[in-house]
Amino acid sequence: MSKIKLLTDGFVKNNPTFVLLLGMCPTLATTTSAVNGLGMGLATLFVLVLSNIVISLVAPVTPDKVHIPVYIVIIASFVTLLQFLMQAYTPAMYETLGLFIPLIVVNCIVLGRAEAFASKNGVWASTLDGIGVGLGFTLSLTVLGAVREILGSGSLFGWKFITGDGMLAFIMAPGAFLCLGYLMVLFNKIAKKQ
Amino acid sequence: MEYFLIIISAIFVNNIVLAQFLGICPFLGVSSKLSTATGMSGAVCFVITLATLVTFLLNKYLLIPFELEFLQTIAFILVIAALVQMVEIVLKKISPSLYAALGIFLPLITTNCAVLGVALNVVTKQFTFGEAAHWLNLGESMVYAFATSLGYGLAMVIFAGLREHLAMNDVPKAFKGVPIALITVGILAMAFMGFSGMVK
Repeated sequence: MSKIKLLTDGFVKNNPTFVLLLGMCPTLATTTSAVNGLGMGLATLFVLVLSNIVISLVAPVTPDKVHIPVYIVIIASFVTLLQFLMQAYTPAMYETLGLFIPLIVVNCIVLGRAEAFASKNGVWASTLDGIGVGLGFTLSLTVLGAVREILGSGSLFGWKFITGDGMLAFIMAPGAFLCLGYLMVLFNKIAKKQ
Repeated sequence: MEYFLIIISAIFVNNIVLAQFLGICPFLGVSSKLSTATGMSGAVCFVITLATLVTFLLNKYLLIPFELEFLQTIAFILVIAALVQMVEIVLKKISPSLYAALGIFLPLITTNCAVLGVALNVVTKQFTFGEAAHWLNLGESMVYAFATSLGYGLAMVIFAGLREHLAMNDVPKAFKGVPIALITVGILAMAFMGFSGMVK
């Protein structure tokens, strides 16, 4: 498999949100604005790449029976590292994303890539796979966040283009489900040509 | 009275699926049939309550005295994984019929973010139930965890019922499967928004 393909597969063919349907909880919960979606995506990218690298290194020497606990501990360590970094450098974003930063541990994308890819491939390929899938996740979260921000508060990346409030329901819980549902329909129409 | 407020708040106002977005993967995954939905709800209810009890005590008597709060994430996920494994072994011995009923749902619960979410929520957030913001004590945590998992079951059973009807309808091709399910949940979440403001 070519290196470029490894990177780009995560965008459309293996898009974690729209095709694989992984990591739904942070996708729905943190996309109240484009910036929040981008932040959550990058946080997941960070953990995904680092855990992919380490897991691809330790996988050959890990006994098969304990491989899941070993992977979870590695992932949890990187999540704790991320928590420290965000508390130090982006405290405001850390407050906004709140519970969903520690919950990256149980994000099925991270464990899914560890199990399906990093444990069977070399370091370099796993790094590229982590970057590709992470960017795909970031992209879909940013798009969903942007759509919800435009509809819900009439702004994009904090730049307001209407006066007053938007349709607040799109910032709240129902809007998350509705927007993701309709974006998926759009994705099916365009990418799969149904 | 406060326990009553916690129960109403956790089941209806701050429903774990429809307002807090936790445990969505199994919510979408196993809700296509009513029987599997009830099975999963039962397993989740059991594990959330037990996991919150253990992690609350772990946090209070081990992590806080030794100032190791930053290990919460790692410690809690290990406790939950071990607990699920243990529950599986114990159930297999004590009640094979319940074990068979829960079957494949038990191992899946480790990666259900509702479990870790509730455990972390209880120890990292201050709650207001009719009075000033305060940390939950053990009793309140247990009631909160149990009521939250009941809310999970309620959302799951309602949604499974809707999906059983949905399966018989003629849905446009691009909407089939998850998209139409998500849109249905959206409308369900809108209905649950009617409860907001009842309890702070």
